Amino acid sequence: MADALLKIDGLTKRFGGVIASDNIVLDVNRGELHAIIGPNGAGKTTLISQLTGELAPNLGSIHFDGADITALPVYRRSALGLARSFQITSLFLDFTALDNVALAVQAHAGHSFRFWRDTRTEEQLRAPARAGLDRVGLSNRADVVVANLSHGEHRQLEIAMALATKPRMLLLDEPMAGMGPEESARMVETLRELKRDLTILLIEHDMEAVFALADRISVLVYGRVIATGAPAAIRANPEVRTAYLGEQEAAGG
Amino acid sequence: MTAWLTPRNAVAVVLVALLALLPFYASVTGNYFLMSMFTRILILAMAAVSLNLIMGFGGMVSFGHAAYIGIGGYVVGILAKEGIGSGFVQWPLALAVSGLFALGVGALSLRTRGVYFIMITLAFAQMVYYVAIGLDRYGGDDGLTIHKRSTFDGVIDLSNRTLFYYLCFALLLAMVYLVWRIVNSRFGMVIQGARSNDRRMRAIGFATFRYKLTCFVIAGVMCGLAGALLANHTNFVSPAMMHWTRSGDLIVMAVLGGMGSAFGPVIGAIAFLLLEEGLSRVTEYTNIILGPLLLLVALYARGGIDGLLARVHRG
Amino acid sequence: MDGRSARFCRLVFAGHLWPILCLARIAVTLAGAMLYFIEQCLNGIQLGMLLFLLAAGLTLIFGIMDLVNLAHGSLYMIGAYFAATFAALTGSFIAGAVLALVATLLVGMAVEVIAIRRLYGRDHLDHVLGTFGLILFFNELVRLIWGPAGMTLPLPNQMLTAVQVLPGVYYPAYRIVIIATTLVVALLLYLLVMRTRIGMLIRAGASNREMVSALGINIKLLYTLVFGLGAALAGFAGLMQAPILTVQIGMGENILILAFVVIIIGGIGSIRGAFVASIIVGLIDTVGRAFIPDILRLFLSNNAASTLGPSLSSMMIYMLMAAILVFRPEGLFPAASK
Repeated sequence: MADALLKIDGLTKRFGGVIASDNIVLDVNRGELHAIIGPNGAGKTTLISQLTGELAPNLGSIHFDGADITALPVYRRSALGLARSFQITSLFLDFTALDNVALAVQAHAGHSFRFWRDTRTEEQLRAPARAGLDRVGLSNRADVVVANLSHGEHRQLEIAMALATKPRMLLLDEPMAGMGPEESARMVETLRELKRDLTILLIEHDMEAVFALADRISVLVYGRVIATGAPAAIRANPEVRTAYLGEQEAAGG
Repeated sequence: MTAWLTPRNAVAVVLVALLALLPFYASVTGNYFLMSMFTRILILAMAAVSLNLIMGFGGMVSFGHAAYIGIGGYVVGILAKEGIGSGFVQWPLALAVSGLFALGVGALSLRTRGVYFIMITLAFAQMVYYVAIGLDRYGGDDGLTIHKRSTFDGVIDLSNRTLFYYLCFALLLAMVYLVWRIVNSRFGMVIQGARSNDRRMRAIGFATFRYKLTCFVIAGVMCGLAGALLANHTNFVSPAMMHWTRSGDLIVMAVLGGMGSAFGPVIGAIAFLLLEEGLSRVTEYTNIILGPLLLLVALYARGGIDGLLARVHRG
Repeated sequence: MDGRSARFCRLVFAGHLWPILCLARIAVTLAGAMLYFIEQCLNGIQLGMLLFLLAAGLTLIFGIMDLVNLAHGSLYMIGAYFAATFAALTGSFIAGAVLALVATLLVGMAVEVIAIRRLYGRDHLDHVLGTFGLILFFNELVRLIWGPAGMTLPLPNQMLTAVQVLPGVYYPAYRIVIIATTLVVALLLYLLVMRTRIGMLIRAGASNREMVSALGINIKLLYTLVFGLGAALAGFAGLMQAPILTVQIGMGENILILAFVVIIIGGIGSIRGAFVASIIVGLIDTVGRAFIPDILRLFLSNNAASTLGPSLSSMMIYMLMAAILVFRPEGLFPAASK
């Protein structure tokens, strides 16, 4: 049995009469890139929000590195090493790119009840932040106000910020949404790099990217995991084909 | 770093120099009304600077900031009435009570967001206003006269008008400097990050509530000091000093000056109060002009005077 | 105890009937307190009804246009001034009220078209600043037109009587009229929002702006009408209150802040919440002011009670608001669409 870093057991979330997560059981093993795919409205973002603590599940438990985190608030989970990127770009638009990442570094560099020293001169925050930008290929854009960056650059910056919190695991919510082919290819490269050091849970619509990157894939349909397995097995799974891939292929061809 | 001589900085330097020289002008011309008027402007500028810390940098639009002026003032007034005239007691207590009130209001209102926050701060300020009206022993609706300014034996004599002016001037500069340090510190980055995107702040690991609450309390304490000064300046406290329109005035000062800089509200306070004064000499109905002007500022000039100067610089 | 009843008690003490008679006297006192209590409750409901008229408009405007309107109290004031003026001109209270209602509606729509419309989609600070400017403007305009002195709106004679609402409880006829008409307005408002086509649009607009625009509905016009409706409700509250209070500058401001408290307690965007919270706030404020000084006297010295009483009773509703915020930060009836 592989070693699970994230263990989801019986997770259930209802919104009124709608079941958005239906008894989800899922393990993400240490060091793997685990992708979750599923049609729109399958409850992928709801799942991520419960993992980060923005939504509380009705039933079930979430364990991270052996500890029960089901009831922990968002910022505590982040402190444990669980970082997320947002599907819809969620940055500090009026800060520079470097300030954005430095703030993420600061979040995990002790408390911030420090009122006097100019934080833009603190090398212990700025250096890791620059390194983070470097890692996603944005170092030449460090001093640009984020509102003036392109969509692709925003997505890269999202990753840099998630990395800056020194996570042990990344939750990536559609990092390639709205990207052109060139930007997507760059993002795949970035993720391939990250995969070496980090456990990643990836939610993504871009099938090409998912099958290129994932070690294992889970398929979510109507809030329920209908299959989990290696990419080849998922591709061959008849249930998945009818429920999801079939539709795509039919639509595509 | 080389281009520090921007129009913004130039205006700030000129203003500070003029404010520093004003008592000389007053003593030469004998125009002590001007100095008294500017003492009041300096004090209200402090309140606006403190409001801007939470509103401009923290995104917390408080419509109850005048309550702290009232609380600071009433602590001084009540203690004076009860025979405790020492500023060493009055002022720390004024700051402490303002801070405690801010802690309570902040703890309740920061659990909510946006428009709720505006209404809750307004409502709690109104509560303090009514409490002051109900204090029959301390003048109720009519207010309370303070017969003697706070005494700081051996340190400073507040009954000297020029000294009092310079005290206010120095405290205002200290406050602007403090705000400037705070917003550029780690704490300040957290506050501004929470204004920009609170959800993301929590996602990257900040417990934003406690930072915002701390900031709210700091601003309350600063404004409480302005209240203690105002009570000493006018030798009088009344519920009117925390009427909700005064909270509105403070918002106007901060916005008019420019919320993006620590010094902006000082410009705003001077501009607003001088405008009010000037209009009142032209017409009896000042607000017929001032009201629509505020609407225009809201619609077209949210950067304030400071933003205008920044734009001049960029060309 | 006044002198005569004290003498009476002493006299009874002498005989053997005193226990019974004293009990009877306590009963009479209690009954008196009860009647006073009922009267205060009615006053509280009447205040609550007025608050509802204001809060309903505010909450509709906020829920649909996402606009914080501080100048709502100005429309309340304008309604009262119009009513006083038109009633004096026409010599009829009813005609004055109807004309004032129409005039306030028109003023509201004009304000929306000229100023408010430009504030939609801006952040709340812009709303606060812009509508604060409008308050200053309207207060000054009223002073310019009607002078600083204030006005009165006399009631027609047939409303000056008191009606026996319960055996032994008399209540001013006009206040009953206020309660009754406001209930009717509340019902109409409920029917309008829940049962009619325009109400459906209003509800749809509250939850999905794009959808309403996509349906090809003139959303600009809808917003103007909703704002006008809110203005008319505020004006109605003002003109109904006018005969009870003096009509004066700034009369809408304190009651507006009370209406904010109502909305915070009831939950923003919810008409039902506004209704329930209005009555709660009206009752607690009125009954609290009437009884708290007496209740304090049971525990404190007379002097301390009369010092604390007024302050404490005016704090009551804010305490309630604080308690609600602790336990239900979204209010009693959070709007479902938010």
